[in-house]
Amino acid sequence: MTKTLSGAEVARQIGEPLPDAVTGSDDTTVFVRSEAILDAARFLKEYLDFDYLVSITAIDFNDHFDVVYHLRSLKNNYGVVLRTRCDDRQSPSVPSVVSLWQGADLQEREVYDLMGISFDGHPNMKRIVLWDGYEGHPLRKDFILDVPGGGKAT
Amino acid sequence: MTLETEPVVLNMGPQHPSTHGVFRMRVTFDGEVIVDFEPVFGYLHRGIEKLAEHKTYLQNMPYTDRLDYVASMSNNWAYALAVEKLAGIEVPERAEYLRVIMGELMRLSSHLVGVGALFNDMGAFMTPFLYMYREREKILDLFDMVCGQRLTYNYMRFGGVSHDIPEEFMPTLRRFIDDMPRYIDEYDRLLAENEIVLARSKGVGILPAEKAINASVSGPVLRGSGVKWDLRKNNPYSIYDRFDFDIPTGTVGDVYDRYRVRVEEMRQSVRIVKQAMEQIPQGEVRTRVPTPLKPPPGEAYASVEAPKGELGFYLVSDGGAKPYRFKIRAPSFINLTILRDLVMGWKLADAIIIFGSIDICMGEVDR
Amino acid sequence: MEIEKAYSLSDYDKREALQIEALKAAAKEPYPDPVEWLEEELERNVLLTTTERLLDLGKRFSVWPNTFFPACCAFEVISAAASRFDFSRFGMEVLRPSPRQADLMIVAGTVTWKLAPAMRRVYDQMAEPKWVIAMGACTISGGAFRGSYSVVPGINRIVPVDVYIPGCPPRPEGVINGFMTLHRKIAKDKLLKKD
Repeated sequence: MTKTLSGAEVARQIGEPLPDAVTGSDDTTVFVRSEAILDAARFLKEYLDFDYLVSITAIDFNDHFDVVYHLRSLKNNYGVVLRTRCDDRQSPSVPSVVSLWQGADLQEREVYDLMGISFDGHPNMKRIVLWDGYEGHPLRKDFILDVPGGGKAT
Repeated sequence: MTLETEPVVLNMGPQHPSTHGVFRMRVTFDGEVIVDFEPVFGYLHRGIEKLAEHKTYLQNMPYTDRLDYVASMSNNWAYALAVEKLAGIEVPERAEYLRVIMGELMRLSSHLVGVGALFNDMGAFMTPFLYMYREREKILDLFDMVCGQRLTYNYMRFGGVSHDIPEEFMPTLRRFIDDMPRYIDEYDRLLAENEIVLARSKGVGILPAEKAINASVSGPVLRGSGVKWDLRKNNPYSIYDRFDFDIPTGTVGDVYDRYRVRVEEMRQSVRIVKQAMEQIPQGEVRTRVPTPLKPPPGEAYASVEAPKGELGFYLVSDGGAKPYRFKIRAPSFINLTILRDLVMGWKLADAIIIFGSIDICMGEVDR
Repeated sequence: MEIEKAYSLSDYDKREALQIEALKAAAKEPYPDPVEWLEEELERNVLLTTTERLLDLGKRFSVWPNTFFPACCAFEVISAAASRFDFSRFGMEVLRPSPRQADLMIVAGTVTWKLAPAMRRVYDQMAEPKWVIAMGACTISGGAFRGSYSVVPGINRIVPVDVYIPGCPPRPEGVINGFMTLHRKIAKDKLLKKD
């Protein structure tokens, strides 16, 4: 059974070499500052054997974005969630983890396409499911869809 | 003497003679050898994640059918698991057994299409595909009997399944499951040691195990490279810990290994269905949940071992009747990360086979 | 090996994006369904000449479909072509991927704006006489995805459509019914008006 590591425990372990990276923790989640995400991820990969990146997502809370990384270790069969916050609405950006896990390649492009968060250090940062030159980023809450039978909603 | 050559960019457009869907590849050739490869997606991007934020949780169930349309039951199951985790709903025993039976029949059906399409690409024009389709029609008849639909079922609900099976289901299933191993052996007799299949697929598109893990690959592609990871054994969901089955793995990670892993998985699915048919109890098939369902604020990630890989749903709820964020972790999309590395240096015909062996479904890739 | 490209792939992207935006701006009104010629013909010629009848017979019994398979409905067309519901007994012997060799374009699945220029190009490449079948709810009106930011609300905005097959997805029997309707339309069957 995949064990979910306690967020507080992992936060304590990251806090030893990187004291000001962690901003909080939860039962399952570790919150880090967005500039420190690459160092924290590298620590998790090398010292705690997190060799498998399950998914990268972004959520739009109306005043900030959250980028969520689900990580898993196939060798030891445990998992943890890494989460960071991005306050800039005009041109948000977060360091890319594609140098650690190649699986982040297409997922980061999709987050850029649909949410508008760009990832620094990604070799091919361009739109993937929508076409070049499309105006706007659809998954943001201020992109209004006109759904039939539902009226206009965010 | 060196020849002056110029690279040629060829577009293998969204419309092409294969059953994998609208996938486009921009390939740069030097003669016949591939030197650069760029996949282009988005031709089936329907905006499901955005549309799902406007509809209630139950109204989103039919959208999940349309993701991997060859294996709809697995998509429904993954979504039902995520919502049950978010809202804390229990599932009765009989419903769990029915879900397992439907899930494993779906795995059989999807692998039949996947292997048939691979042989279509290899040049055995339609014969293996039509043979395998004959069995798939029998499975679709079973689903038709249960929920009235052949392709997009909408059968799972939060807290169980939508309704109970009719009386003629079990005898028909028993006849089908007793015959199925004979058919799988028939395919193997025709194809497994065939000279052309071996020449075209052994040693082609080798994926080493560390690269597969690093690229977040899952499903038969990961197991073909020798990594013994299957969510049904390593992180059992539902009642999979009560069944006795093996996880087949490959050794080298080439196209032949991925094909063999899928055929062996079909045999293991038959085993699981036999055990489930014996153990299934009587009882209810669905727990009462309020409509519209309003889960407490929070988030949940749940995943199943779908035929194509690990299919996961990540739901964020703000306490209302509609999800705040509906994220789909699609296996085919993430498995395509390694396609570029696998085809470099091969010729065009091999690239088609390597692409076919990853077995994708465009509904999932683009969502 | 170092390769020097004469143009970069991002130039391709920009050019294609311009095509998509141009098509989207031009596709505001649906094309009228091509039935006017049918009514005119029936009013003018009550009895068709033998040669025309023979030509119509030839056309209707050997319509070769083109595979244009975006999404889920594709699997019902493949089922209709496979062992149980074989539609080659109606004359549609082979599914031709190349549009130059096909007479009928079955659009089976949701069409998005990104795919629309490619679909129009495939339609333009087919030689006359050619017909289009819109299969499934997504091609008729956008279906379950109507209102989404990237779905074409009905393919009759891009190509003129002859037969609509409703369903999500329609059963193979429904697909074959659609083909038979198309055959009756090709043969200019008078019974078509009473339906």
